[in-house]
Amino acid sequence: MKIYADNAATTKMSPAAIEAMLRCMENEYGNPSSLYSLGQAAKETLEKARAEVAAVIGADPEEITFTSGGSEADNQALRSAAALGKRAGKTHIISTAFEHHAILHTLKALEAEGFTVTLLPVHENGLVRPEELEAAIRPETCLVTVMYANNEIGTVQPIPALGAICRAHGVPFHTDAVQATGHLPIDVGEQNIDMLSASAHKFHGPKGVGFLYARRGLRLTNLIEGGAQERGKRAGTENVPGVVAMAAALTESAAHMEENAAHMRALRDKLIAGLSEIPHAALNGDAENRLPGNVNFCFEGIEGESLLLLLDDRGICASSGSACTSGSLDPSHVLLAIGRKHDVAHGSLRLTIGETATAEEIDYLSSNVKEVVEYLRGFSPIWRDLVAGKKPFIL
Amino acid sequence: MALYSEKVMDHFRNPRNVGVIEDADGVGEVGNAKCGDIMRMYLKNDGDVITDVKFETFGCGSAIASSSMATELIKGKPVAEAMQLTNKAVAEALDGLPAYKMHCSVLAEEAIQSALNDYYDKHPEKRLDKDAAAAQ
Repeated sequence: MKIYADNAATTKMSPAAIEAMLRCMENEYGNPSSLYSLGQAAKETLEKARAEVAAVIGADPEEITFTSGGSEADNQALRSAAALGKRAGKTHIISTAFEHHAILHTLKALEAEGFTVTLLPVHENGLVRPEELEAAIRPETCLVTVMYANNEIGTVQPIPALGAICRAHGVPFHTDAVQATGHLPIDVGEQNIDMLSASAHKFHGPKGVGFLYARRGLRLTNLIEGGAQERGKRAGTENVPGVVAMAAALTESAAHMEENAAHMRALRDKLIAGLSEIPHAALNGDAENRLPGNVNFCFEGIEGESLLLLLDDRGICASSGSACTSGSLDPSHVLLAIGRKHDVAHGSLRLTIGETATAEEIDYLSSNVKEVVEYLRGFSPIWRDLVAGKKPFIL
Repeated sequence: MALYSEKVMDHFRNPRNVGVIEDADGVGEVGNAKCGDIMRMYLKNDGDVITDVKFETFGCGSAIASSSMATELIKGKPVAEAMQLTNKAVAEALDGLPAYKMHCSVLAEEAIQSALNDYYDKHPEKRLDKDAAAAQ
């Protein structure tokens, strides 16, 4: 059996998105900036896609800026809010300890430029507490940025409550919604979101395209200078086929969101129940407030990379937050942020199922993970010591 | 290109000499759980020859493969020769490791040396041989 269980890393493009992309490349290949009809047809296609994307999140088309993906959108959102803040003498930014690196590394760069950053704790359940955000806001706070849903442990943040606090204090609120867009209902008006980043390939669109929503009146700072595309805020000939495919994928996801989420939640909970039977294992992140397709566990006594390689041999694509898979010496900052010890953070496994997952696949995932964990524990010196009582179990 | 060579994957999928020697003549352990790599080696010697070796490893694919290969390289060898095992030899025998995984071969070398040193500590009378080997 082949099971792709890494949908948080990327998703397979939907047939609707592929078809839209091909049609665009075939027929509307003109440059949207050209004045002849072929160019204007491409322009029309682009603007239609913008309206479709805007409609899904309750925004106006002119509040959508197309980007190369989530990272660019995150960078531009933070740079823009920082520039506005600096002009007003405000140089304090609030975020969380477990943001994506597109946020954390941009914040590091801003710190080097004189900004002060407060990272809110995310606690054992992987959730930000609204009252802690409120307490952290200062008169000089120019931005709050909190991810909609975490990419590793899938916890969904109390976005409407956080947005309301920001609104009450007059602080712009950005959310990195890369994992949530197309999977959870988003309404930027109701949820008091001033800026939002999204990436097409997380909801069955193509790679290399995403968008930034910025509330009207919120002046964006250019990351890329050049032509007047995207109202002068993002130079470069538009990725029309990519944008069109993204709009098709998002529209389709939005149309089936409720049924997809219900189907995935049921299978997710079945998988969580199955993996919970493994001794000395623990679910990472809140069991309720999490993405419909996200399952993330720590297994004591084993290391994640060897787990992934053996699952790959059994046809399972998954990911881990171990140091070896992150290419650094430390395990995932997300797992450390929710208080997991290094020892067990190395033994993490993320399975992110998609809309087409079946109960049969969940059974296959459960039984194979169980077997591989047991096999690796069989020759783990840590496991031997734990079982012999020489060291206390952490999980 | 695959992450690892065929040889690494072979030793990872079918590790040689996995297990424990209950009445081992030497036991060595290196690494720590915090970094995500621990190797434990057990030796059984007959006179100056390593007659059996077993390992247990907590770690990534290349850590497991390096442990397996290291045990293969010293099994049946004189103790003095095993003492000379280098991480380079382990990595070469595996048809190479990615640069950021070379530390796994270093751990394997250190694990073997740690077990051999434990053997010498338990058999101080063999120290002379060790010194002689070092002098050669």
